[in-house]
Amino acid sequence: MRVRSMILLLLIVVVVSAAGYYLTVINPVTDDIDLGLDLVGGIRVVYEPVDPAEATDQAMNQAVETIRFRVDKFGVAEPLIRRATSPLTGTQRIIVELPGVKNADEARRLIGKTAMLEFVDESGQVIVSGKDLVEAQAMYEVSTNRPIVTLSFNAEGRDKFAAGTSANVGKIIFILFDKEVLQAPTVMEPITNGEAQISGYLDIGEAQQMASLLNSGALPLELKMVENRTISATLGSDSVNDSVRAGLIGILAVAAFMLLFYRLPGLVANFALAIYVLIVVVVLAAINATLTLPGIAGIILSVGMAVDANVIIFERVKEELRNGKTIGSAVESGFRRALWTIIDANVTTLIGAAVLIKFATGPVQGFGVTLGIGILASMLTAVLITRLLMRLVVQSGAGNWQFLFFGRQGVREA
Amino acid sequence: MTNKRGDLFPQFDFTGNWRLWFAVSGIIILIGLLSLFTRGLNVGIDFTGGSAVDLKFAERVTVAEVRDALADFGHGAAEILSSPEDPDLIILRTQTFSDEQEKEAIYEALRTRVGEFEELQSQHVMPVVSQELARNAMLAMLIAAAGILVYVSFRFEWRFGVAAILALVHDALVTLGLFSIFQLAVDMPFVAAILTIMGYSINATIVVFDRIRENLKYRKKERLGELANASISQTLMRCINTSATTLLVVLAVLLFGGRTIQSFMLALLIGVLAGTYSSIFLASPLWLMLRGEIGKMRTAKA
Repeated sequence: MRVRSMILLLLIVVVVSAAGYYLTVINPVTDDIDLGLDLVGGIRVVYEPVDPAEATDQAMNQAVETIRFRVDKFGVAEPLIRRATSPLTGTQRIIVELPGVKNADEARRLIGKTAMLEFVDESGQVIVSGKDLVEAQAMYEVSTNRPIVTLSFNAEGRDKFAAGTSANVGKIIFILFDKEVLQAPTVMEPITNGEAQISGYLDIGEAQQMASLLNSGALPLELKMVENRTISATLGSDSVNDSVRAGLIGILAVAAFMLLFYRLPGLVANFALAIYVLIVVVVLAAINATLTLPGIAGIILSVGMAVDANVIIFERVKEELRNGKTIGSAVESGFRRALWTIIDANVTTLIGAAVLIKFATGPVQGFGVTLGIGILASMLTAVLITRLLMRLVVQSGAGNWQFLFFGRQGVREA
Repeated sequence: MTNKRGDLFPQFDFTGNWRLWFAVSGIIILIGLLSLFTRGLNVGIDFTGGSAVDLKFAERVTVAEVRDALADFGHGAAEILSSPEDPDLIILRTQTFSDEQEKEAIYEALRTRVGEFEELQSQHVMPVVSQELARNAMLAMLIAAAGILVYVSFRFEWRFGVAAILALVHDALVTLGLFSIFQLAVDMPFVAAILTIMGYSINATIVVFDRIRENLKYRKKERLGELANASISQTLMRCINTSATTLLVVLAVLLFGGRTIQSFMLALLIGVLAGTYSSIFLASPLWLMLRGEIGKMRTAKA
């Protein structure tokens, strides 16, 4: 029993240390965690349509597509562009977040601009523009089964396009989007009925994207900026450095406190704390969470709270010891009697975290996420891991050296 | 300091001295409320709308210089902050710049009249968004309070629940009051801090109540006041140690975590202290009051 427990204990320590080494040094799992805008710098802009009546589903989707097209030029690794609805007014919105974007001012200027679609000839003469286009549609050409985009123009556009194509047979017409060439089809014959088609796409997806872009040029939705936050990369990296340093200091202080106050059980709790930190980091990476500054604060804070469960248990074990129980049975009943206290005490903080995840946005939401994960992980490690370790420690014979447990005061009456 | 069982301050009459504890809290809350009603809160642009920018100048600048440059653009009433530790850092808060052009013109004026700077951070929130953030914040706090109330009354008898919620209201009021007195920024992170405090403070209260509930099963002959005193004493070490570890990390982040997160951590610091105080000194007397047993001490039960 004693030898087996010692070996098991040793095994756990080795396995956890190896896992920790692997996850932090060899293949850092932290690489999989995205950093939020407040940590890498970048911009967040929220747009609303100037005229809410224009904000049809289709128009909004096209606006998103237009913005995505523009944002792609900035080389942002993970841009976020999504639609949202104001819970207060029901207004449609578009949220754009560009982490790590270098030229924030330029990015903002370009994103918010109303789309500009033009068809020009080789001499740069404008033939038709976005307002002449009624609709662009992606489809398969019936006879060849090739993906194509069909264009239909309004009456004015039909006349202009007829004149333009007649004058440019055999030549190229450039389709410009924000003055950038989208495509350069060659005119095969004059198109006089206002219905044109463009081919040359790899697949239907490419054709659909093109149609969407053309439509967004055809249906310019004027957007206004209602929220705009910019964080410089300098401030972001300062925040990362400061918070990591603060976190290390805080965690070391807690570890020292536990060791001084609870001795061997304190060491066990610290080991469980290390496992706890690993769990939190792995879960954050697994759910693809975005780490924000308040999020880091949430992790650090939950470390302080994580030892709470251990403190409740150890104080309970101390009491059981004073009531004359042996260390073995004191540990068992201490854990059993502390369980519901721990659950009750943590559920309330979980409620707060859940509310934050639901109602907050951005950095503050990140705090809710890490706080919630932290609390769940801390309960898990305290109730399962600390318990297992304490059991093994007691069984491996450490119980004979009572001074290791909580110090003199704890066992005075035992 | 400890008795045979190792409880802290076993002879101390925690609940009997309730008038003192209530008075201490009452005075702090009263001053806080006075400040709230006269000076209000320093509500950030998250909830009021407006523009806020942090500018790091190449060399130290004065608030007056910056204000002069801003006045020409109708932003003479802007709130301009600089801190002695960081004299080249200027934090501006004003009504929202009308557009990018206005912001660029203001920046240009600052560059030529005050000096070169780097924009560390800029935030522009239109009223349509800030109203929504404010509503979400209120809603979040109400829902959290309701959720906690439901859970506590589900797990505990109603008197425990009401006493725990009152202790919680105390912690929130103390934090709000101190933020008003010292005019610290109230923004979305502050709301997150308040929600965390709610969860944390109730946590400590629950540990005490849990012990009272357990003791009620075994110590039926005792006066409730004495039983509550014993329960507090038995859980005191845990309350102090948990607060100590939490305070250690909060202090570490407050001192070393950088400027951007300071007011958030300050709210947590105040909240943790208030929460620990209320769970030790206020929650149990409140429960006794609801049981009609407050002050009935040291007399043998008939």
